Amino acid sequence: MIIRIHWVGVLFLCTLFCGTAIADQNKVSMLVNPCAACHGDAGNSVGPAIPNLAGVSPNYFMGAMLAYKYDDEDELEAVIEGDEDFIDVEAFPRFSTIMGRLAKGYTEEEIKLMAEYFSSQTPKRPTQEFDQDMAAAGKKLHDKHCDKCHEDEGRFAEDDTGVLAGQWKPFFLYTMSDYVEGHRAMPKKMKKEVKEITEGIGEEGIEQLAAYYASITD
Amino acid sequence: MKKLNRRDFLKISGGSLVAGTSAIGIPNLALGANKKVIVIGGGAGGATAAKYIRMADSGIDVTLIEANKEHYTCFMSNEVLGGGRKIETIRHGYDGLKKHGINVVHSKATGVDAESKTVTTADGDTFNYDRLVVSPGIDFKWGAIEGYDQAAAEKMPHAWKAGPQTALLRKQLEDMDDGGVVIIAPPANPFRCPPGPYERTCQVAHYLKNNKPKSKILVIDAKDKFSKQGLFTQGWKARYDGMIDWLPAADTGGGIVSVDPDNMTVATDFDEYKAAVVNFIPPQKAGKIAHTAGLTDESGWCPVDLGTFESKLQKDIYVIGDASIAKGMPKSGYAANSQAKVCVAAILASFNGHDMADPSYVNTCYSLVAPDYGISVAAVYRLAEDRSEIKKVAGGLTPSDASADALQREVLYAYSWYDNMVADMFA
Repeated sequence: MIIRIHWVGVLFLCTLFCGTAIADQNKVSMLVNPCAACHGDAGNSVGPAIPNLAGVSPNYFMGAMLAYKYDDEDELEAVIEGDEDFIDVEAFPRFSTIMGRLAKGYTEEEIKLMAEYFSSQTPKRPTQEFDQDMAAAGKKLHDKHCDKCHEDEGRFAEDDTGVLAGQWKPFFLYTMSDYVEGHRAMPKKMKKEVKEITEGIGEEGIEQLAAYYASITD
Repeated sequence: MKKLNRRDFLKISGGSLVAGTSAIGIPNLALGANKKVIVIGGGAGGATAAKYIRMADSGIDVTLIEANKEHYTCFMSNEVLGGGRKIETIRHGYDGLKKHGINVVHSKATGVDAESKTVTTADGDTFNYDRLVVSPGIDFKWGAIEGYDQAAAEKMPHAWKAGPQTALLRKQLEDMDDGGVVIIAPPANPFRCPPGPYERTCQVAHYLKNNKPKSKILVIDAKDKFSKQGLFTQGWKARYDGMIDWLPAADTGGGIVSVDPDNMTVATDFDEYKAAVVNFIPPQKAGKIAHTAGLTDESGWCPVDLGTFESKLQKDIYVIGDASIAKGMPKSGYAANSQAKVCVAAILASFNGHDMADPSYVNTCYSLVAPDYGISVAAVYRLAEDRSEIKKVAGGLTPSDASADALQREVLYAYSWYDNMVADMFA
């Protein structure tokens, strides 16, 4: 299922709240502070299996949280259709271990506030171990297959793509495995490119990409 | 409608709402002398509270009073027993907190005067506070089970405060002969870390299976059911079939009533059991200073307002973590960390004279059944309207039909959880 989420409504929320910015900021802190013990300070995870959220596209974040929140595709679709803030991210299905249990504890409005917060944070790309040759091969794959949407070496989070530059390697590999195994929906364009990679050089192509994104620390 | 990208969004909103600000709260706007907050206890609750106050407002003087120069986290200490982790990896110092401008005092807090708003330490120093956060963790009810006192704990370690006790229990496991019996004795509710004794059972079983495979574990419980029971039972069968016997209280007439450390025996009303190693986890109460300060009720724990964690017995004193009666939440490290953040929001609101945001709490707790087999419980909580309960609004357990891949992922998530958790407390 393809869900379209958009960002105008959240902008509206912001302009509405700027008069009561302090109260709103306290509300945001209350919501996001508990996330830090798993996702790191300001969404910069220091644990390699848990993704960095800092600088995430708000639509990507909302898409993920909504897909975790709703187990039923029709229910999710109704929510998306009933709220003009939500369009434009592929969401369902989306495998998780614990996020599917936690996301159900937040309302749509809260998810929007959290999206706004994490998208506004500056990513601190961690130093990771990686193989130079793998990373070089990964760069070639990225330039050929991924760069069109994941611009600027995967730093650019516009167009609602995930942040890849400096993303943790184990997290990236889990995510790609979910895509390939069909546990997570892929956009059509991505499906085609991933298929070309895995049918061309196999799993190693994914490992090469992981090494490449791990090599980016600035 | 034209789709706005994130850059446009930030440009138009001027970043005034969220961009560039911390996640913590608004600065202290009050003029005059700096406000003073004292935090007693540098574990999951206290370390987090001290740090988050300073992150929110560097104009507040924060003093952390903690007896030990190094903290061993209880979480992941079971993996030390299983041999998968060295004890050094769960040891953390306080230099990171000092960098936040926190005055770290390594002494034992021995007295609290709620009238004069002072804390005294074993070194004879007195500190003034405007707000006091007490996060002392647990103390043991020595002698509640006949024969189990502090001396007995040197022979039958509880290992329920991580550190030397963890090392002692590990050494006893290493020294025992193959074919011996290990008794693990979990206490009645409430106690620190409800799934802990059963994760420990897994970790000890893991060690024995690989090193002393003829050995057995006997869990003599003071309860008839326990946290994550279905998942643990499933894990025991999948990985340690035939090694673990769990005796509910109903089978023993209520669990262990006395211990004899010299003969390495424990007794229930019906039977006596001899073991090579006894891990006796005694009944618990709030840490000592909570009693001294008059923060506890007849239960031995601290009643608090569940939306602020301010003591119901003493004004301007807050109690968080295991010592508090946080009705609805488990006594866990993550819960203490989450409660600290709610408590800090309440303290800031009281300083600044504004309303605090509606509290939101999270608990996430992993248990390692085996090196490639993790399970978890996670929940989001909100305050009940009548403030009578911290109410779970979402959450749950690892599903019982989780794939091998998902169980393996939970182990790596647990390790990353640990990395972020200790960074949130100490970095």
